[in-house]
Amino acid sequence: MRIDKDEVVALAGRDGVVATLTALRDDPRCAFAQLMDLCGVDWPERPERFDVVYNLLSVALNQRVRVIVTTDEGTPVPSVHTVWPAATWWEREAWDLFGIVFSGQPDLRRILTDYGFDGHPMRKDFPLTGYVEVRYDEEQKAVVYAPVQLTQDWRSFDFLSPWEGVTTLPGDEKVHAERGDPTTTTRPAEPPKG
Amino acid sequence: MSDIHSDAAIVEKPGRRTVEFDSHAINFGPQHPAAHGVLRLILEMDGEVVERADPHIGLLHRGTEKLMEYRTYIQNVPYFDRLDYVSPMCEEHTFVLAVEKLLGIEVPERAQWIRTMFAEITRVLNHLLNVTTYALDVGAITPSLWGFEEREKLMEFHEAASGARLHANYFRPGGVNRDLPAGLTDRIAEWAETFPKFVDDLTVLLTTNRIWLQRLVDIGVISAEDALAWGFSGPCLRASGVPWDLRRAQPYDKYAEVEFDIPVGRNGDCYDRYLVRMAEMRESVKIIKQCLAKMQPGPIKVRDNKFTPPPRAEMKRSMEALIHHFKLFTEGFHVPSGATYTATESPKGEFGVYLVADGTNRPYRCKIRPTGFAFLQAMDKLANRHMLADTVAIIGSLDIVFGEIDR
Repeated sequence: MRIDKDEVVALAGRDGVVATLTALRDDPRCAFAQLMDLCGVDWPERPERFDVVYNLLSVALNQRVRVIVTTDEGTPVPSVHTVWPAATWWEREAWDLFGIVFSGQPDLRRILTDYGFDGHPMRKDFPLTGYVEVRYDEEQKAVVYAPVQLTQDWRSFDFLSPWEGVTTLPGDEKVHAERGDPTTTTRPAEPPKG
Repeated sequence: MSDIHSDAAIVEKPGRRTVEFDSHAINFGPQHPAAHGVLRLILEMDGEVVERADPHIGLLHRGTEKLMEYRTYIQNVPYFDRLDYVSPMCEEHTFVLAVEKLLGIEVPERAQWIRTMFAEITRVLNHLLNVTTYALDVGAITPSLWGFEEREKLMEFHEAASGARLHANYFRPGGVNRDLPAGLTDRIAEWAETFPKFVDDLTVLLTTNRIWLQRLVDIGVISAEDALAWGFSGPCLRASGVPWDLRRAQPYDKYAEVEFDIPVGRNGDCYDRYLVRMAEMRESVKIIKQCLAKMQPGPIKVRDNKFTPPPRAEMKRSMEALIHHFKLFTEGFHVPSGATYTATESPKGEFGVYLVADGTNRPYRCKIRPTGFAFLQAMDKLANRHMLADTVAIIGSLDIVFGEIDR
């Protein structure tokens, strides 16, 4: 439990999530009758890369709480559709966009992406442009899929500013090396790209 | 799609009885005018009665959340206009509040009043469109012709303030884009005097209309408990008898300083949802009048040029202002790492933004909590054992806009 920007955040264990959320719903001191939102967040560098975030609202007590559960690609999170029926579509969305698996969810179909879509687009390693594009083919008289072709490469700008993000400038290390100041002789900064 | 016939195709296994039943699955949409956008609703019918409704959404999915991760915070504001394109400024409102919360900046008084006022103007815009096109769905043409004329006046206010009739892009983290033009407040005040008369006329047309009552009363009933469990909010929740309004319960901007009533229904049917919206329009006019009365001249955005651009004239004289302007529109501002779930009372209900910042100039993750998503999910429950024509009435009463649901 912690307070983040006046908002209550609770980290819960994956296996006990149904019990935790049921308790939050049924305990009269919490009375979180509504699951307003359930979403995934992808942190690829973490050992368990996905956060599943439950945003609960108590209409009776005018309180909000955010419950966070972590998981990875293969490990399912118990579904909470038995606690709130509204969870079904949110879980379908998290499955569709992130590939988070929810065990016990009978209706884990894709929801937002196309029929027959491949991949989970909100993952950080899924490119913004995707892999396929659709167009109407006049000869076949049908909509066809083709690999994405861009006339210009995707440009990614480095906005970590050389003025604000970097404390040492290229060339500075010579001064520090001559004066023998060990605290500031760090590696030279990368030149700004783009 | 194969899944719709899955019920009918019972595989014959030993010891299991083969059941044959006549189930007609029909496609409602995605090009149905009463679907309010691109809703593909698969209805399993028992004659004229809906047995099961399976909404297929995502036909308008544009990957807004993914796109937002590749743009700066200011560049992301216009995406919110295009979510719920019927109430653009209310959607912007949520996002700018979320960014302001993470930045920890305080917005000047006048900007807060302007935002509150335009959020209410947008609410009237939204309810006008909903109520009148809803009437069109169930067979009354006149309200939409009248209502769109009123909407036109409101869109002119949008245009005067922001330059755009629909996709305003007017709110900014730290205030609003620019001050109201001279004379606009007088025009809004004038409109606020005449508008209740229009609501009266609309009431005369619909509220006691026999056809309207027969199509709406006791259709799509949902109890308060069910509405809460299904994640309802806004007018649809209040129609079920839950007096819950984020403007009152968790006030933002200037909602704590204005007086208004929260209309609450009793039956949770389509008719109550309609009545709540009609009453809310009158309340919105009250709020707009109070905003006009309490608004004082003053700055309309944070003076810190790290977050808001400097005035044009200053850029002609000051090198520093020029640099600030350049930095702001190329790089944007960096938001300290943290996360917030910020929700506002959009005309449709709770519209939330779960914003995760990682200290760079772009959101790490921005989850948009669309209001209609929860309503549409309950479609199977609401439409169960109703006639096919009632489905249209239920969809209309839920106030669904696909820009928002599909994102």
